[in-house]
Amino acid sequence: MPEGFERGLLARITRTVGEHYRIIHANPLSRIGFWVVSVFTIVAIFAPWLAPHEPWAMQYDSEGSIASLRPPSLEFPVGTTHLGYDLFSQLILATRTTLIIGAVSGFISIVIGANIGLVAGYYGGKIDEILMRLTDVLYGMPFLPFIIILIALFGRKLEFVILAIVLIIWRTSARVIRAQTIAIKQRQFITAAKARGCSNLRIIYRHILPNVLPLLLLYAAFNIAWSIITEASASFLGFGDGTTISWGGMLYELWLSGKTRVAWWWFAAPSLCIITLVTSLVFVSRAYEEVANPRLRKR
Amino acid sequence: MALLELNNVSRHFELRPGVVERVLRGGKTRVIKAVEAINLSVAKDEILGIAGESGCGKSTTCSMVAGLLPPSSGEVLYRDRNVGEMTSSELNDHRRRVQMIFQDPYESLNPRFRVSDIVSEGPRALRLWGEREIEEQVAAMLAGVGLPAGKYWDRYPHELSGGERQRVGIASALVMKPELVVADEPLSMLDVSIRAGILDLLKELSRQRNFACIYVSHDLSILANIADRLLIMYLGQAVEVGSVHDVIKNPKHPYTRALISAVPVPDPRVKRSPPKIVGEISRPVDPPPGCRFASRCPHADQSCSEVFIKLDTNSPLAHQAACHRLEQINSEAT
Repeated sequence: MPEGFERGLLARITRTVGEHYRIIHANPLSRIGFWVVSVFTIVAIFAPWLAPHEPWAMQYDSEGSIASLRPPSLEFPVGTTHLGYDLFSQLILATRTTLIIGAVSGFISIVIGANIGLVAGYYGGKIDEILMRLTDVLYGMPFLPFIIILIALFGRKLEFVILAIVLIIWRTSARVIRAQTIAIKQRQFITAAKARGCSNLRIIYRHILPNVLPLLLLYAAFNIAWSIITEASASFLGFGDGTTISWGGMLYELWLSGKTRVAWWWFAAPSLCIITLVTSLVFVSRAYEEVANPRLRKR
Repeated sequence: MALLELNNVSRHFELRPGVVERVLRGGKTRVIKAVEAINLSVAKDEILGIAGESGCGKSTTCSMVAGLLPPSSGEVLYRDRNVGEMTSSELNDHRRRVQMIFQDPYESLNPRFRVSDIVSEGPRALRLWGEREIEEQVAAMLAGVGLPAGKYWDRYPHELSGGERQRVGIASALVMKPELVVADEPLSMLDVSIRAGILDLLKELSRQRNFACIYVSHDLSILANIADRLLIMYLGQAVEVGSVHDVIKNPKHPYTRALISAVPVPDPRVKRSPPKIVGEISRPVDPPPGCRFASRCPHADQSCSEVFIKLDTNSPLAHQAACHRLEQINSEAT
């Protein structure tokens, strides 16, 4: 490998990162979203060190009695459950689960969606027909019965929750990327690439992909947001992973405890976290929406 | 031996009506005969100009020569090998030998590629040389089209002017060291003030690098400047071929005559007789079998819409016109 190439690659990565930083920073809402998501990410990474207590350990107050159903206080910033578990620690550890599920299923679904959209849009004809009918079938798939059957068959495991989410959400990104691919393949620089001797795969991944990238990132952010919401709903209904803790799972525990009307803090904390994170992701995606569709940009 | 030969090449596009149209209104499939039974040849180191109005099949012909579009019938022979029957590795080799310069420099460069990547793309895709050699060749090529590599290497197309963009387009075609360059109206999208510069560059490069060229344009004055031979097309048919001098000074076909009499003369005192042709260019949708110029030709009679004579490539240097009534027309004129 010649030295110049590596230097070029490094410069290119720096340039790309810089470019995306500029895109996000150009829009004030995206900037806020970006920083909120960053804070959540840092919390997720350092969760075990940040949490003051064990998530499933009974807490006692200074008088030695169980701190059951305490509202937010200095000692327990977001209160406790009926069994005296510290909700703040649960919230911090749940951030990790939620972000892992969001990032992994968002990533996998955008990779599947992008590839199917690019191939269907570029080749057209029979290949397009087959892939798009497959997408249509998935559009007809209702999420909840699907995940219930999957969990009933394989058990409450993180992998299967992710699998169920991925299978359901790649469809929209595939459609959108396909439409964009069809628009781009008509342009003359694609004909030029063909005339220069580029193979089909080279045209798809080297010439078309960079041109659908803003749209791809927009849908990646959407997919992550959607995965988080979907995971929360699934967990709330009791189809999440039983061994880890997530925001939706915390709401499920609240429901099981029967204290919904009493413990407002137990209900408010995970809900606010879900809303804040999902909204921030949508804010970040707005920046890419402007790149993908320049007419939205303010003059 | 001719480098490139087109024998009886046609390209038809089908206009298929939708299901509803077909069932309710009995719509039939119509055929656009974009290029019809064309014969042409290009010799080594020769510049063949193709002229004609828009929609006459110039660009379709270019695409078929470059192997981007298969002909509906007839054969495209390159060095006596049929392009339509090439295997994919032969086709890759053909792609290196026959390169294309595109019309619109704003559309034909990938907006996400840097100048160096655009020019390197062909050699990289066909793995012509190693990465270092490619870098050297590309730098030399950029310098050859007047864009010093040091200044332009990392630029993106949107940072360039129209003329600079077209220079990049030319470089990315010529870096492959092609034997035949198909230039599809490379100047028409450019500002008039910079056309001369690009034209001189093309002429100089063709002399330096010894490639043959098919130069397509609707501007006869440019073709008179650059081409050795001239082919005139009308609605998908080749109507006249010959050396530039013969065709321009002594046009035979009624269409060529009208075309040449329409070229402006930069002298206000010269009175020109208006061309005698009538009507407007039609579309080549389900055309009659004969000469397509017949409906507008002042000399046409009944036989013209039935008979069409093709140009003969066996005597490529002869001055020929595809009109079976040439002698009568000439005798009428005198």
